[in-house]
Amino acid sequence: MSNIDLSVEIAGVKFKNPVMAASGTFGFGREFADYMDLNGLGAISVKGLTLAPRPGNKPPRIAETPAGILNSVGLQNPGVEAFIKEELPFLRQFDTKIIANVAGSTIEDYCEMVEILSDADIDAIELNVSCPNVKAGCVSFGNTPGGIAEITKRVKPYCKKPLIVKLTPNVTDIKEIAIAAEDAGADALSLINTILGMAIDIHKKRPILANNVGGLSGPAVKPIAVRMVHEVSRVVKIPLIGMGGISNGDDAIEFMLAGASGVMVGTYNFIDPAACLEVVTGIESYLTKYNYSNAYDVIGKLELNG
Amino acid sequence: MSKVLKEKIYSIEKLAPNIFKMTVESEYIAKNAVPGKFVNVKCGEGINALLRRPISICSIDREKHTFDIVFQLKGIGTEILSQKQAGAEVDLIGPLGQPFDLSDEYKNIAVIGGGIGVFPLLSLLKEKKSVSKTAFLGFRNKEYIVLMDEFKSASDRLFISTDDGSAGHKGLIIDLLEKDLLENNFDLIYTCGPLPMIKKVVEIANKNGIKCQVSLEQRMGCGIGACLVCACKTKLGDEWEYSHVCKDGPVFWSDEVIFDE
Ligand SMILES: Cc1cc2nc3c(=O)[nH]c(=O)nc-3n(C[C@H](O)[C@H](O)[C@H](O)COP(=O)(O)OP(=O)(O)OC[C@H]3O[C@@H](n4cnc5c(N)ncnc54)[C@H](O)[C@@H]3O)c2cc1C
Ligand SMILES: Cc1cc2nc3c(=O)[nH]c(=O)nc-3n(C[C@H](O)[C@H](O)[C@H](O)COP(=O)(O)O)c2cc1C
Ligand code: FES
Repeated sequence: MSNIDLSVEIAGVKFKNPVMAASGTFGFGREFADYMDLNGLGAISVKGLTLAPRPGNKPPRIAETPAGILNSVGLQNPGVEAFIKEELPFLRQFDTKIIANVAGSTIEDYCEMVEILSDADIDAIELNVSCPNVKAGCVSFGNTPGGIAEITKRVKPYCKKPLIVKLTPNVTDIKEIAIAAEDAGADALSLINTILGMAIDIHKKRPILANNVGGLSGPAVKPIAVRMVHEVSRVVKIPLIGMGGISNGDDAIEFMLAGASGVMVGTYNFIDPAACLEVVTGIESYLTKYNYSNAYDVIGKLELNG
Repeated sequence: MSKVLKEKIYSIEKLAPNIFKMTVESEYIAKNAVPGKFVNVKCGEGINALLRRPISICSIDREKHTFDIVFQLKGIGTEILSQKQAGAEVDLIGPLGQPFDLSDEYKNIAVIGGGIGVFPLLSLLKEKKSVSKTAFLGFRNKEYIVLMDEFKSASDRLFISTDDGSAGHKGLIIDLLEKDLLENNFDLIYTCGPLPMIKKVVEIANKNGIKCQVSLEQRMGCGIGACLVCACKTKLGDEWEYSHVCKDGPVFWSDEVIFDE
């Protein structure tokens, strides 16, 4: 298998393979180091960071739904400075790329964080403009072409790292949002964030989540995510990182065929803490099976039915 | 350290209409488990009952290299788990979480458990070296009372209550604790069960100046401290923060926890 080149280039960064851990599902990597070799990952996108520490939402913060989960963590995190001081040195021991995922409630917050992170030892910045779990703020930026264009444009001058903009699926037409982000200076796009949902405890006649609503992720969302990656790949030129329900190599290949240069694994890390490495192996076996030697033999190679 | 393990089910037994005991062969867990820790079990295959289910380690046989979990049927996950057969494999991560404090400085101890909360207390009673161990166990009714022989032999004094009076004291197990405290004292009270019971036990412990450890439940995602969903309010100086039941707990000192949610 060693003659297969799994490496991909996204926004000028070379990743050893296309598989990355999705933000919010992998903490800052520490917890997973007991279960897997973090060196095997293409990248880790860290838990969404905010300027000041955030306590997060009231529990329960999770509900299981058919083939998926709803979460409403509400961006609990120690803040961007604590991340740089206390978490980044640990992550940097490993030969993998580090993506800082950031969220804010004002454009100024985003600019300040991006400026701080531009001087930190990270490889790329992922703008979370689409978190469904925080009442005021970031969700609104990602919901309209105007909103996403403005935040991308304003953040860009502060950003000395490759800028990935993460798209929300909770929109009518994701293509126009993607185009707006590209035009405003995004170097790459990642998609999809979670889909807004709700689950009700019929005995208590109340939502299970204390926050009432939360974001749906896991295998249940995969067809929606694949469709969106496909749609977006047809209208933008910048590279895409696809995610939503990936649990094995075959799932990842679907996203790659649809046009994703990279893939992220989220919810499945909870079921199998070494899921990311399984996905790498699965991609390798697929390439071997079809006598491909390079990840690019698959990326964007979808053939539509006539 | 905890590991992802695929272990063999040694036996599975129905203890009561909806309570099952599963004995699992696991050298690793038998060697590394400490009372209060839990395992996170993949009940269904693949995307069926997607998340792992947290279940406490109820008993550890360090010589035979087995451990027991005892679980009550609740929904799809425990239902699937109950249908597994001896000889089959079970996929679990463990041992996880912070255990009970079993240090020798606490000699005269009490455990108070309600419902499924009694199970982690059994391994505690078995492994704690104390001068005196008292168990207070509350159940809904006679049908739910299980493992009595084991509880009896692991404790010096045992008190039982049921909601309907079908066995032991009729009413709350708290009543028996309060009554006993008129004549006895404890160095440490350990408690696990429904939140209203835990809150009451903590109140009683505080009133009597007794230290108290609580084992809490919360809905989990990863079980290993990464996803931050299993939040629990704890003190941080004069402020508060959300700690996480899977990693910072499930066992906490009662004075660390803020019970206002
Ligand atoms: C640390 C810890 C130790 C536990 N130990 C035991 C034990 O020894 N014996 C026992 O019978 N039960 C125990 N429980 C409760 C057990 O985890 C739930 O009863 C079980 O997850 C229910 O799953 P289900 O699929 O049958 O129910 P469903 O209601 O179908 O489950 C749906 C989802 O909600 C979650 N969930 C439902 N109830 C609970 C709960 N009380 N706590 C946490 N998550 C829940 C499930 O894990 C699942 O993700 C423990 C819980 C925790 C947190
Ligand atoms: C518990 C949880 C927390 C998440 N937190 C974040 C976050 O902080 N920032 C972010 O951009 N996405 C966050 N996400 C979204 C994931 O990164 C990913 O976009 C989504 O879960 C879809 O992938 P999946 O189906 O593989 O989980 C979170 C998802 C989950 C399940
Ligand atoms: S369940 Fe993921 S942090 Fe506790």
